[in-house]
Amino acid sequence: MSDEFEDDFSGEIKRFMFVNRKAPHGTIYALESLEVVLISAAFDQDVSLAFLDDGVFQLRKGQNANVLEMKNFAPTYRALEGYDIEKLYVERESLEARGMTADDLVVPVEVVDRARMAELMADQDVVMSF
Amino acid sequence: MLHTVNKSPLQTNDLASCLGHLGTDGRLLMIEDGVYGALSGTEATRQLAGPAGEGRVYVLGPDLEARGVDAGTVADGVQVVDYAGFVQLVVDHGPHQAWV
Amino acid sequence: MQFGILINEGPYQHQASDSAYLFTKAALEQGHEVPRIFFYMDGVNNATRLQEPQQDDRNIVRRWSQLAETHGIDLVVCVAAALRRGIKDEVLAPGFRISGLGQLVEIGIQADRLVTFGD
Repeated sequence: MSDEFEDDFSGEIKRFMFVNRKAPHGTIYALESLEVVLISAAFDQDVSLAFLDDGVFQLRKGQNANVLEMKNFAPTYRALEGYDIEKLYVERESLEARGMTADDLVVPVEVVDRARMAELMADQDVVMSF
Repeated sequence: MLHTVNKSPLQTNDLASCLGHLGTDGRLLMIEDGVYGALSGTEATRQLAGPAGEGRVYVLGPDLEARGVDAGTVADGVQVVDYAGFVQLVVDHGPHQAWV
Repeated sequence: MQFGILINEGPYQHQASDSAYLFTKAALEQGHEVPRIFFYMDGVNNATRLQEPQQDDRNIVRRWSQLAETHGIDLVVCVAAALRRGIKDEVLAPGFRISGLGQLVEIGIQADRLVTFGD
């Protein structure tokens, strides 16, 4: 990136939300969402992740995609804290519909109800969903 | 927030999930296969009725026409827009959230 | 207003790149700016000049190149997604360039709106 382009938004902080609604491994969306999240950490933005619908399966404990010869990326969610990405919101209704609780997830999250999730979404500047 | 849904509500829960997160101020635009959500007399019609009655639900006309759905027959309160209207919705009600 | 566009699906298989094209064209006709379109995942397949659609079909790749030339749009293809699908510099259609995901985050910050077209 050119210095000039960078200067255009230096100091500007936007609220970025990455919305995850798809299960992992069957398609590449969950992994590619995580790739953008990791890159976004370098831009010092206000980043949050939302997990709802089948997206909550991305955080399920005990995954081992290596048996499919695929990248086993679930442990990477635990590394996000090291990138100062600490806002992980998981929708309560989505967990309950799948017989899961926060105890079934690989990383500590904030469980929010659907109404709160809607408020969080409405509060963003940029929403990326994959 | 402008939300877009691009899947048929008879195939996925994207429309239902989107509507559950529309809040009091969000707008919904149905595009691509999502336009089947605008058919009248369906389960989706009932789900949409609240926000549609408040003028917050739109459907993309070219996607309707391509699929043989007469714009005059869409569910009550659903407004038909063209691509220029799509752009204007993003301008007026953005950011954009795609329920893909 | 400035729009960034994100395209996550390949041409011909899914309507996403057609929708994105028609949206972009409408935005430009209304006097808005589209400084960058970012192609991610299977969306990188929009970038190869090796495609030869049949005579009676639209040429999606050429449409992007022409739009980019006319309106100065930066067509950016995600490097990791491109390389794993065999999209390299030598097969890029005019107007496209390969770069990193930072270009997506950057346009998210710079543009007034980011509009996503995916599956």
